[in-house]
Amino acid sequence: MSHFLDRLKFLSKVQSTFAKGHGVVTNEDRQWEDAYRNRWRHDKVVRSTHGVNCTGGCSWKIFVKNGLVAFEMQQTDYPRTREDLPNHEPRGCQRGASFSWYLYSPHRIKHPMIRGRLLDLYRAERAKGLDPVEAWEAIQNDPQKRIKYVGVRGLGGFVRAGWEEMKEIIAAANIYTIKKWGPDRIYGFSPIPAMSMISYAAGSRYLSLIGGACGSFYDWYCDLPAASPQTWGEQTDVPEAADWYNSTYLIITGANLPMTRTPDAHFATEVRYKGAKIVSMAPDYAEYVKFADLWMPVRQGTDTAAFLAMGHVALKEYFIDRQDAYFLEYARKYTDMPMQVMLRRHGENWVSDRNLRASDFVDNLGEANNPEWKTVVFDSKHQSFVVPNGSIGFRWGEDGKWNLLEQAAGGEIEAELSCIERRDGVVSVGFPHFENGESTLILRHVPVRIVKLANGEEALVTSVFDLQIAQYGIDRGLGGGNVAQSYDDADVAYTPAWAAKVTGVKAADIERTGREFAENASKTRGKSMVIMGAAINHWYHNDMTYRSIMNLLHMCGCVGQTGGGWAHYVGQEKLRPQAGWAPIAFATDWQRPPRHQNSTSYWYFHTDQWRYETVDADALLSPAGKNKYKGYTLADYNVDAVRMGWLPGAPHFNRNPLDLVAEAEKKGATDEAGIAKHVVEELKSGKLDVAFADPDNPVNWPRNLFVWRANLIGTSAKGHEYFLKHLLGAQNGVMQEGTHGAACSQVNYLEDGPVGKLDLMVDINFRLNSTGAYSDIILPTATWYEKNDLNTTDMHPFIHPLGEAVTPGWESKSDWQIFKAIAETFSTLAEKHLGKKRDLVALPMQHDSPMELAQPFGQVKNWKRGECEPIPGKTMAALRLVERDYGQTYNKYIALGPLMTKLGNNVKGIDWNTEQEYKELAVLNKTVQVDGVSKGMPSLEEDIYVCDSVMRMAPETNGEVAHKSWSALSKKTGLDHHHLYAGRHEDKITFRDIVAQPRKIITAPTWSGIESETVSYTAGYTNIHEHIPFRTLTGRAHFYQDHEWFLDFGEGFCVFKPPVDLKAHEIVPDSVRRKPHLTLSWITPHSKWGIHSSYQDNLRMLTLFRGGPYIWIAEDDARQIGLADNDWVEAINANGATMARAVVSQRVPRGMALMYHAQEKNVNVPGSPSSGKRGGILNSVTRVVVKPTNMVGGYAQLAYGFNYYGTVGCNRDEQVVLHKVEDRDIDWLERPLTPEREAQRNPVGVGSK
Amino acid sequence: MKIRAQFAMVFNLDKCIGCHTCSVTCKNVWSNRKGIEYAWFNNVESKPGIGYPKNWEDQDKWQGGWTKLNGKLELKAGGKLKKIVQIFANPNMPEIDDYYEPFTYDYARLQNAPLSEAAPTARPVSQITGEKMDKITWGPNWEDDLAGEFEKRSKDSNFSNMEKEMYKQFENTFHLYLPRICNHCINPACVASCPSGAMYKREEDGIVVADQDRCRGWRMCISGCPYKKVFFNWESSKAEKCIGCYPRIESGLPTVCSESCVGRIRYNGIILYDADKMLDAASTDNEQDLYKAHLDLFVDPNDPKIIEQALADGVPQSWIDAAQKSPIYKMAVEWKIAFPLHPEFRTLPMIWYVPPLSPVQSQIDQKNLPTEADGVIPKASAMRLPVKYLANLLTAGKEEYIVSALNRLIAMRSYMRSVNVEGTPDIRPLTAAGIDEETAKSMYRYLAIANYEDRF
Repeated sequence: MSHFLDRLKFLSKVQSTFAKGHGVVTNEDRQWEDAYRNRWRHDKVVRSTHGVNCTGGCSWKIFVKNGLVAFEMQQTDYPRTREDLPNHEPRGCQRGASFSWYLYSPHRIKHPMIRGRLLDLYRAERAKGLDPVEAWEAIQNDPQKRIKYVGVRGLGGFVRAGWEEMKEIIAAANIYTIKKWGPDRIYGFSPIPAMSMISYAAGSRYLSLIGGACGSFYDWYCDLPAASPQTWGEQTDVPEAADWYNSTYLIITGANLPMTRTPDAHFATEVRYKGAKIVSMAPDYAEYVKFADLWMPVRQGTDTAAFLAMGHVALKEYFIDRQDAYFLEYARKYTDMPMQVMLRRHGENWVSDRNLRASDFVDNLGEANNPEWKTVVFDSKHQSFVVPNGSIGFRWGEDGKWNLLEQAAGGEIEAELSCIERRDGVVSVGFPHFENGESTLILRHVPVRIVKLANGEEALVTSVFDLQIAQYGIDRGLGGGNVAQSYDDADVAYTPAWAAKVTGVKAADIERTGREFAENASKTRGKSMVIMGAAINHWYHNDMTYRSIMNLLHMCGCVGQTGGGWAHYVGQEKLRPQAGWAPIAFATDWQRPPRHQNSTSYWYFHTDQWRYETVDADALLSPAGKNKYKGYTLADYNVDAVRMGWLPGAPHFNRNPLDLVAEAEKKGATDEAGIAKHVVEELKSGKLDVAFADPDNPVNWPRNLFVWRANLIGTSAKGHEYFLKHLLGAQNGVMQEGTHGAACSQVNYLEDGPVGKLDLMVDINFRLNSTGAYSDIILPTATWYEKNDLNTTDMHPFIHPLGEAVTPGWESKSDWQIFKAIAETFSTLAEKHLGKKRDLVALPMQHDSPMELAQPFGQVKNWKRGECEPIPGKTMAALRLVERDYGQTYNKYIALGPLMTKLGNNVKGIDWNTEQEYKELAVLNKTVQVDGVSKGMPSLEEDIYVCDSVMRMAPETNGEVAHKSWSALSKKTGLDHHHLYAGRHEDKITFRDIVAQPRKIITAPTWSGIESETVSYTAGYTNIHEHIPFRTLTGRAHFYQDHEWFLDFGEGFCVFKPPVDLKAHEIVPDSVRRKPHLTLSWITPHSKWGIHSSYQDNLRMLTLFRGGPYIWIAEDDARQIGLADNDWVEAINANGATMARAVVSQRVPRGMALMYHAQEKNVNVPGSPSSGKRGGILNSVTRVVVKPTNMVGGYAQLAYGFNYYGTVGCNRDEQVVLHKVEDRDIDWLERPLTPEREAQRNPVGVGSK
Repeated sequence: MKIRAQFAMVFNLDKCIGCHTCSVTCKNVWSNRKGIEYAWFNNVESKPGIGYPKNWEDQDKWQGGWTKLNGKLELKAGGKLKKIVQIFANPNMPEIDDYYEPFTYDYARLQNAPLSEAAPTARPVSQITGEKMDKITWGPNWEDDLAGEFEKRSKDSNFSNMEKEMYKQFENTFHLYLPRICNHCINPACVASCPSGAMYKREEDGIVVADQDRCRGWRMCISGCPYKKVFFNWESSKAEKCIGCYPRIESGLPTVCSESCVGRIRYNGIILYDADKMLDAASTDNEQDLYKAHLDLFVDPNDPKIIEQALADGVPQSWIDAAQKSPIYKMAVEWKIAFPLHPEFRTLPMIWYVPPLSPVQSQIDQKNLPTEADGVIPKASAMRLPVKYLANLLTAGKEEYIVSALNRLIAMRSYMRSVNVEGTPDIRPLTAAGIDEETAKSMYRYLAIANYEDRF
């Protein structure tokens, strides 16, 4: 019917009325309603997800209409949980829902781009007839040419370029660098493989093949909780989100569930209805406080004190006042509580020293294999010292007794927790205590036994339990001082009243929470849980905070129990099919080992942040330590850690490793041992040293940097301005000269810090963020709706895909195809310029390998100080020879290599054969047909082939591999674990399967939890229920760390350590100092409107809050300096300055500036008045500080693993000065670069010379 | 009696995490267009706060909804005559700044900037004028998570009859999210306000829509709607609003905002009501009795007489089946834990809300914490979120309904704790809250387990 007619007849359309005539029924044409129906209509729906480090790992429906992505909604088809658990649907948040905006926005990188200056230089050299490598060399060898493009990094000036030319420049730069400086001067940074593991593997495979170093991320992000490897030997393992629902008591601290665990937050809101109580410990009225029953607003950085006090309550009431049978049994079997510790004289008193070992006894207590690695308990059944199963000595060199059965030498035992009833005496033991800016020893009485050692001497020993009770300040009637008479005793450390002073939380709240937490665990066998995260993990002493929590959990028997334990969610760390993925990602199918580098130390040295170090290492030492390293700077500690083979160092040495091999060969060396001998000689003579000892020498600079799937400069660069200054040579806002480095004894300090170390930086991206802005070349990558890849997370048990809903836009390609293309060009050029080379890889002593038994007793022996000989793999890094046929790089890249059949596969120290899977993949993927070394091998040419290869080789996605890997572990433990995967032995999950529906993974020994229909995945489950030891010295969860450096720094036991004073806020311009200003703690939690920097520049997200960077400030603080909501502010300190608008709010406590993480300067940021540059990012005012205890290696769980252990990039202890900037003073700095300004290199800034 | 079926929703504010996924998915699907950049059919507000558009709840200012005038129900903005007089100069019309000036950014500069004196940034650009903006000063969610001074946010009219000063202190902070869409009212003021007959309420499901052919752009609906959930598309010069996702509802799918609600707070369902009683209910004298009158409109979908009448009135059997399974009916009518938003506007809104729990008040010492029988879960009376505030939001200020609902939620928790921790069910809290064990179990199923098929 015509609408026109319809309208004419409007009045006659009334058919009836109702509600006394108030309502009218009409009969009109409603065809117009089709307009909205058509808007909803679409052509197809494709499953994908977002490759972003958020832990979400959500499956999405991508709606495609007319060949374009129209919008997205969450999938709701996850396999179901159990009847008594909420399900996973829908998973996905506001950020993911806004992703489609990126695809067609003006922000999208559509073509390869290069800074015009560099392109002109390169073309000019090529026009002279030079080949690509020669052209690159010509630019690098001419400082005038080099500065021309290096000096304008970050200032715009990009031009569109073609793929061929860009590949050529990149390959040429790589080849030149390998030849001139060494392959270990090429670095790649890409984080969190789990979010798009094939894309990660693309770059890491290319780099590993050519000998470049892959940088770690989890530790650099400070998401790695160092306390986890320290306590459990485990990188991080956590309960899936659904397991929150099995808990009945939750303490949440430092993890803002609604904001950062958005897709899973419902499990926490819902479990309240199941009767769980929730206590939140946010310093501000954070989003998660809304769901709590109790809010304990703890002063930021002091959580340790609160948890120690809760531990005080739990220990006193459940171990001393009464003995909770479950808690005691748990402590005995699964923790180091019964392990015996030797005491060492300290003046009049005693201090705790190392764990007692079998080797300390005559005849090694009957242990022939590794007696110095077997710890000792007192067996109360037989009243004797025995060596219980499960310590690390049983892990290597023998089979069958690496388990947590309560056995020793084949007989049943019961490990005694305390000798108090049968003690030989009571002595005064000093416990280090750190408060009010000083370290003291608190003396407390401890019961001891006297034991006769193999060397004839007598020693005092006691249990970890007895020491721990004393350290918590609990009175056991042994006399002596410094123990609490009541919880109200505020003078004794670790009482609730003491903690109230430190934290600002009411003592009664701490006491009640501690008691309820323990009582709940006692009644439910451990269903008390602490959910925690970045807000407390990003502090310098994060390991202390985490250990205070782990202690409470272990006291209450919570770890390893479904519904209980720690739930640390920072980073999407769980790459479930890891064992299948690693060989492809690091090219160990072709050559081993790859070069891995801990990024924190790397950037600390190469961005010269060590030059600005204000933290005095001596001030952190314990009065009870041996302190042989007194006088060392933090950088000095790190250099020695590399020398001793604890941490890696890239570059390895102050010489090209290819040249080192060539020199050795010239001297007659032929094999690995011979070449290593040459290196040892050079090191001993002092002619060769680790590169970190002289990081500012051009010989040791990093030269090429690849960044993909990352925003290194705009997000994770703690010390952003130092990156700009030293690494990139760009304009920067550093406000000080780096003179502190002069205090180093092991690092060569040059008067002038170098500027612009990198020759080439390449960013691979789909949008232009700060990393792209400072790069020389940007390559356009496919978005997350344009490629095929795999995604897993710790938050749910599924594996699911990224899917190609539409073909990659414009000239973009998937990361796998980009690196494949680079490898091809590289190979062609390398054939001519490099050929075959032999490379030497320095491999630090690896966790989960026999190398973790390198350095016994936690005693530090330093060859550089003459305390021992440099022996590769023992007192220094192992030196491994790797053949590199550079011309075959491409052929290797595209095929699964032969080592998979020759050497097989492995994870966590267990090995298995991969021949069958290799054969299957040759059929599933087809084989390589191109001539070369890989002809006939299983193809990795297509992204989906790579996905299927990963899944076929991983126990999590192939039941047969699960079978093989569990068999290997069963042999080690002497226990039968096969029941764990039995129902899924036949499963083989393929890419097409997960496109149809996400699949639940198969239980694998890679992880400490299980996939089951009766319990949710939780960390430590197999340790407790399968008696598989924790991968630690004792095989148990550690309350105590007996390594010399830990004792030096007073961290043998968990202690409270206040935030460190970085002093950066003391250096600000007088113009700022004179104005009304605030000095505030710089808090940078994860954001609601972005996942790191992703989405922060997305129009949807910008619209939904304040349209650009902002800093939250307490209303009372704002009033004090006349600041109103939405005023511009500058936050500034010695590290730099950042600009944002103020959000004034009552929900923030005084003394805090809260700038949500990863708001960068690419959107709506004016100039900073103090620096004269574009106002910075959140990390413009931070600087990374390394911690010596995190450098320890070669010692059981304290052994290096990539992203597993090492220095962490903390950034939370910083303070800033904040002041208002008037609207009229805002300068957008959009004028063209003038020759005058360019000539100044770093104009206007206070810190420029 | 005239039985009608109404598509209705419940939002459980106690579970709302304030993530705005609902807002984004709705925007992407329905209002990602020129002319309604500023329009969020679904938005989420942080309370206390003045909301979007600014102070929408203040009907002294906007004159939205209905009022009782001389015992008769009238549009608050006045009758037809007054409307015609004001048709070219409507004083009750929000301006763009009451919403916000929609913006985008000069993203292209990031890629095409020539070598410049500083790193390029993408400056904000108005989507209305195309000009650069020096400063963004307001947005659709400006007050997120209590952003802005208390002085400004506490203009929130839900503070009426309250001593609000104490709530500005850090220690006494309270916060809730209020997600909002069109209420698809039983007595919609927008429909009554429309001079063109373009607004109508669909007979079959009660969804209120604006006919894009017939709308003449007079915008009386915008001022008439007390929730300010009708928007003006300045490109097409038509009114546009939430359409209850009828293209999805018609296909048996939940609304976009509901399915994408990751907090799982949204429930969709059918409610049968007696349309003939609509005027009387909306005309209830005392506004504090409106909630009760509204409740009384709903009829029992299991009552054979009602079923018979419904069929006679043209409600299909499948809709009656849906009404019987409706989670909305359970929460609103059976358990009485859900309430209409601002019943005093007299539009009989059909998006209902479960009030949120909150942490205990700061001054309560844990030593003296009032708890339920389990000894651990705090009593509802100890919570920090003032009941008066919730009552002003949901029951025209009458507190007892809210108290009762909160007590029921707490009683369910305490009972479940006794089951899951102690292993012995303790029904004392349930009895005190006036519910039995079966009800508590059913509430638990719908609120906690909340499976897809139970939500929608």
